[in-house]
Amino acid sequence: MNFKKLIILAGFVLSAAVFAADNTDPFELPEFFGKPQVHGFIEGRGGYRTQNDLYEKDISVMDTRLQLDIFTYNDWGDFKYKGDFWGDGVTEQGKYQTRELWFFTRPLDFLDVKLGRQVLTWGTGDLLFLNDLFPKDWQSFMIGRDTEYLKAPSDAAKFSFFSDIANLDLVYTPKFDSDNYITGDYISYWNGGLGRTAGRDAIVRADERESWFTDDEIAARLYRNINNYELALYGYWGYWKSPGGQTPAGRAYFPRLDVYGASVRGQLGEGIANAEIAYYRSADDTGGNDPLVNNSEMRYLLGYSQEIARDFNAGVQYYIEQLLEYDDYRRYLPPAAAATKRDEFRQVVTLRLTKLLMNQNLTLSMFTFYSPTDEDAYLRPNIHYKFTDNLAAEIGANVFFGNSQHTFFGQFEDNTSIYTAIRYSF
Amino acid sequence: MKNKLTLLTLLFAAFAVFSIAEANDELTVEQIVEKANHAAYYLGDDGKSTVEMTITDKQGRERNRRFNILRMNAGGGDGDQKYFVYFQAPSDVRKMVYLVHKNAELDQDDDRWMYLPSLDLVKRIAASDKRTSFVGSDYLYEDVSGRSLEADKHELTKTTEDGYVVKNTPKKPDMVEFSYYNTIIDKKTFLPVKMEFYDKSGELYRTIEALKVEMIKSKKDDKEVEYPTSTESLVKDLKSGSTTRMKFSNVEYNIGLKESIFTERYLRRPPREAMR
Repeated sequence: MNFKKLIILAGFVLSAAVFAADNTDPFELPEFFGKPQVHGFIEGRGGYRTQNDLYEKDISVMDTRLQLDIFTYNDWGDFKYKGDFWGDGVTEQGKYQTRELWFFTRPLDFLDVKLGRQVLTWGTGDLLFLNDLFPKDWQSFMIGRDTEYLKAPSDAAKFSFFSDIANLDLVYTPKFDSDNYITGDYISYWNGGLGRTAGRDAIVRADERESWFTDDEIAARLYRNINNYELALYGYWGYWKSPGGQTPAGRAYFPRLDVYGASVRGQLGEGIANAEIAYYRSADDTGGNDPLVNNSEMRYLLGYSQEIARDFNAGVQYYIEQLLEYDDYRRYLPPAAAATKRDEFRQVVTLRLTKLLMNQNLTLSMFTFYSPTDEDAYLRPNIHYKFTDNLAAEIGANVFFGNSQHTFFGQFEDNTSIYTAIRYSF
Repeated sequence: MKNKLTLLTLLFAAFAVFSIAEANDELTVEQIVEKANHAAYYLGDDGKSTVEMTITDKQGRERNRRFNILRMNAGGGDGDQKYFVYFQAPSDVRKMVYLVHKNAELDQDDDRWMYLPSLDLVKRIAASDKRTSFVGSDYLYEDVSGRSLEADKHELTKTTEDGYVVKNTPKKPDMVEFSYYNTIIDKKTFLPVKMEFYDKSGELYRTIEALKVEMIKSKKDDKEVEYPTSTESLVKDLKSGSTTRMKFSNVEYNIGLKESIFTERYLRRPPREAMR
């Protein structure tokens, strides 16, 4: 696999060299930047659990946030900085995150390059990700921060090649960016080792992959449009984004993962249909006989969305997660975990309803995940109102249901919370 | 006698010539609406403009939108088009891009995409209803990108010194909220200068007016041309009391936009033409 990475890396260097050779004086400094555009927002957000959680605070989210967004461009490139400063009332800490810090250029007719910290998304799922292996912030998502924060930034180089036959995106992340997975800091979770729900008493700490150019990731997408049907093939060579393995000593870590997939999206009848498939090859345990490492999986998705009335949209999705090597999974499962064993086929149905009212200033939305196999559900109702062009407020909730304490959504039942936020944009 | 005959022949000839000229001047209603459709939506091979939109509700509260539109005619004739809309204000929608591949055929929906920069998300939009509000304003999608000429039956109800009045009755009345609308078309420019929409009970409830027309200079096949362009317009929703004013600036035609601009590549990173 490292050899494969090396070849792709060599490709980058070569294309960079071509670009450099194309320029007579590549080291010439820019004479001026365009006038920078400065924007951002100030936001207050608070949320509470609607029930007691033994292992978490009653406050689910309590942020006072400033986002600054500075953008400028000149003839040959775009420059972007976006950073968040916030006071986090749950952890009682002042925090800062660079969301974006990148340089973009179109050196050649057929090439786009974006270097630096950036948010990356592809694939066709709506809040279900099969071939999008870019980092997510599940903690922010589940406590009720803005959807923007579901996507965590990547420190990456993105090269996009365009041709009449197909387009190719290559993203190289020199140092692994994991998801901001559930650690117990904000959200309590099922702890298999303890055999119960845990939270701040058992914070998950995984062995980070922090070696530059060794713990690296490559993501690729080959795509084209045929009559506005969007076809894509995907590849990913990296690691499970949340700790998918444990060392014999009990330390969580990120085992290797390769993903291969495809998708199609386009108009069907009055709406938009999409289908996506992905093969998750758990490279450290391809045979499925290591009980400490995630088994390989197949993931399938079908989706359809349609405008069912004026300013009223509905979208449904059907998703299957198939555990491969299921017999081996069962055979090597420790007896203590038998009661919480996974199904071979985990199925999830989602429904999104969005209604716009009052000149589109009021948005009512509801996103529901429901798993008939796990018998659990996750509801995300939200009401968003724009008082003016600059001032908006919202109220929403994260509601979890489950018959068992250990299923994907069921484990979060005690994290059911409501939240409200007010934001001033400038 | 011979002279009289010559005179008579001449008179006849003159009359004939005059009546042919007169006949040529009289356009059929189909020709009029085609010319108006062309003048309103298809001038030049492509074009761009900056749009400032002010939405004022009954209480006088204002909302503002600013965006750049790139437009190109795709395929031959006044048919398919591509639109690239890049938002600059308000700040919560800044840098959002809205891409439309307009399909002129009546039974075929437009293809629409939305790009949300903070998520780097390219969304495919399922929007079959073309009579929904455009970005929360009193303009509807159909006002912005044009309503298919096939969708209505057209009658020329009046011809004045300056213009034509065309009554448009929908062929599928259940699909729309109006029972008919009148279009007043300027005789010189063929620009629709006013549209009046009547509801199902026959009451006027919505108007669109061109407030300002400017001659925009351009070049076509190395020749100087001028395109009469409506650069300021006003929609009034007489029922809700809400109005929307659209002002166009930096209008340019025949700028040589590449068709590749209207693809995912440029959705994700807009071209300079859209940003400036």
